[in-house]
Amino acid sequence: MSNSPLLQAKGIRRRFGHVQALDGADFTVHAGEICALIGDNGAGKSTLVKILSGSDQPNEGEILLDGQRVTFSSPTAAQAQGIATVYQDLALAPELPPSENLFLGREILRPGLLGRLGFVDRAAMRREAALQFARLGVRLRSAKIPVAALSGGQKQSVAIARAARWASKVVFLDEPTAALGVVQTQRVLDLIRQVRDQGLGVVLISHNMSHVLEVADRVEVLRLGRRVAQMSARDATVERLVAAMTGGVSQPEPAHG
Amino acid sequence: MDDLTSRPVPDALAPPDERTSLRERWSGWIGGGWIFALLILLVLVFSLLRPAQFASPYNLSMLAINAAIFLVLSLGQTFVIVAGGIDLSVGSVLVFSSILSAQVMLALSGAPADTYGTTNAGWGVILIGAVTALASGAAWGAVNGLLVTFARIPPLIVTLGTLGMALGAAQILTNGLDVRALPDLLVNVIGGGSIAHIPVLVLIAVIAAVLAAILLHLTRFGLRTFAVGSNTEASRRAGIPVRGQIIKVYALSGLSAGLGAIMSTARFSTTTIGGHAMDNLTVISAVVLGGTSLFGGIGSIAGTVVGVLIPIVLLNGFVILGIPPFWQTVTMGAVLILAVWIDQLKRRARDRG
Ligand SMILES: Nc1ncnc2c1ncn2[C@@H]1O[C@H](COP(=O)(O)OP(=O)(O)OP(=O)(O)O)[C@@H](O)[C@H]1O
Ligand SMILES: [Mg+2]
Repeated sequence: MSNSPLLQAKGIRRRFGHVQALDGADFTVHAGEICALIGDNGAGKSTLVKILSGSDQPNEGEILLDGQRVTFSSPTAAQAQGIATVYQDLALAPELPPSENLFLGREILRPGLLGRLGFVDRAAMRREAALQFARLGVRLRSAKIPVAALSGGQKQSVAIARAARWASKVVFLDEPTAALGVVQTQRVLDLIRQVRDQGLGVVLISHNMSHVLEVADRVEVLRLGRRVAQMSARDATVERLVAAMTGGVSQPEPAHG
Repeated sequence: MDDLTSRPVPDALAPPDERTSLRERWSGWIGGGWIFALLILLVLVFSLLRPAQFASPYNLSMLAINAAIFLVLSLGQTFVIVAGGIDLSVGSVLVFSSILSAQVMLALSGAPADTYGTTNAGWGVILIGAVTALASGAAWGAVNGLLVTFARIPPLIVTLGTLGMALGAAQILTNGLDVRALPDLLVNVIGGGSIAHIPVLVLIAVIAAVLAAILLHLTRFGLRTFAVGSNTEASRRAGIPVRGQIIKVYALSGLSAGLGAIMSTARFSTTTIGGHAMDNLTVISAVVLGGTSLFGGIGSIAGTVVGVLIPIVLLNGFVILGIPPFWQTVTMGAVLILAVWIDQLKRRARDRG
């Protein structure tokens, strides 16, 4: 884990009518770490992630990527800067096989003239996808069956593998284990560690404190649109996290970050 | 997939579960092959019962000619349905395009000898007429696509609207009268001619089908058509220009109606204002019968070819066997419902948590 932040948000404000969803929120994630972003319902987690991944724009505040000020006018703009998001509703094409989902919108074309005519190279996409799945320890029954025939955990794995394939910097995961059973959840948590070990910054939104404690390196707590605590996962306990989320104990913010 | 046999393997990411392969093979068969098997069966039965009539070269070439125009229309429709849309306007767009191109050709070649005669326009004029028909079809299709994507009107309504507009516009152009004076070359060489014993109309349809199959199954355009039909939102988030894709797909359907227009005027030696009211239903049933899912994301050109041929073979066989042709209508309705039902079963078997 390097010490200079990879992605940093400072004083982000976002207002929806009378709701101040984000009220000067700060956020930091480093390369090669899993940073859990937690907070009660309505704390502003999804809003913050939308802003950091280009789906939404802040009214105020600044975003720094590798120390440089950036603005993301669209998800595509954020993707171009190496930031990918796994949305809660997955965003896979169920009728297409995993490999074609991995390359959705970034298809591999055949070499030479055929490629210039727009012919796709499905074999190459399957090969590349198999490599990526193997790298991340994702095992699928068959490379050719449509994603719809996969289990929830496998679908989630395909979505995460895709994000990891295209992100060069940060991957956001909005509640990736919400609908999964015990074993599938473990697989997905393993996968998240794998993604971190590739050197990416991983931001994990979760309401499940035991998952957070199990997998995160660092935790940032959001309450009423502000960061109220950040701590190393080693120092965290469920009690401390819940206290910070609910405002039971006010946590002074450390100087760094 | 919650039955007892699959329960011992709760781990979703576990290695292959061999026990499901038999079931998969079966569902693969009913999914992909049954409609093709049905066509083979029909051809075999009719050929065995009436070899002299059904299997005669003349009858087979008539069958192919009857299928040609519907096939061309169905090619574009396959793209539209795979992309999750529907195009009801194809018949009217065909009529409009044929009227417009016939009028252009007539204007360029001068009046015919008599009202029912053909003109002696050359290939240059015919080429201009063909380009007119294709361009007019593609333009109507683009209008459909623009309305679906930018005005966000459901495709059923958009294409129902342009169905009326295109037909009405065609009637306005000619006061409701068909244009009968067409280039002699068009009617005789394209409409009635053959090359190596294969009717030119059939050749055109076959070439169009091969091109459509390449486009749908081998190119990025085709892959994105599947992606957009499978999950529009996911495609958008993945950076696919979804609106452009949908507009192009509808334009392609219009283009195929334009090609159908040339073939239709060549074949019947007249425009046919009243002859295409049911084309959309025929074409959509053929596409769906061929295994293309009305929900989008699934389909094939090969399936569409089979789906076009089945009703035509069935009607022809019934006529030859002396079964009242009304039975073909009844049978086709039943087969169509069966096809969609099997599609549903297939999806339900496949979709998991
Ligand atoms: N598009 C919107 N329009 C109006 N209000 C919004 C919008 N998006 C978010 N909000 C409001 O902003 C606040 C923060 O919402 P947000 O979804 O970011 O919370 P969250 O921390 O993700 O909650 P949860 O844990 O329930 O997902 C809430 O009060 C919410 O109602
Ligand atoms: Mg949320």
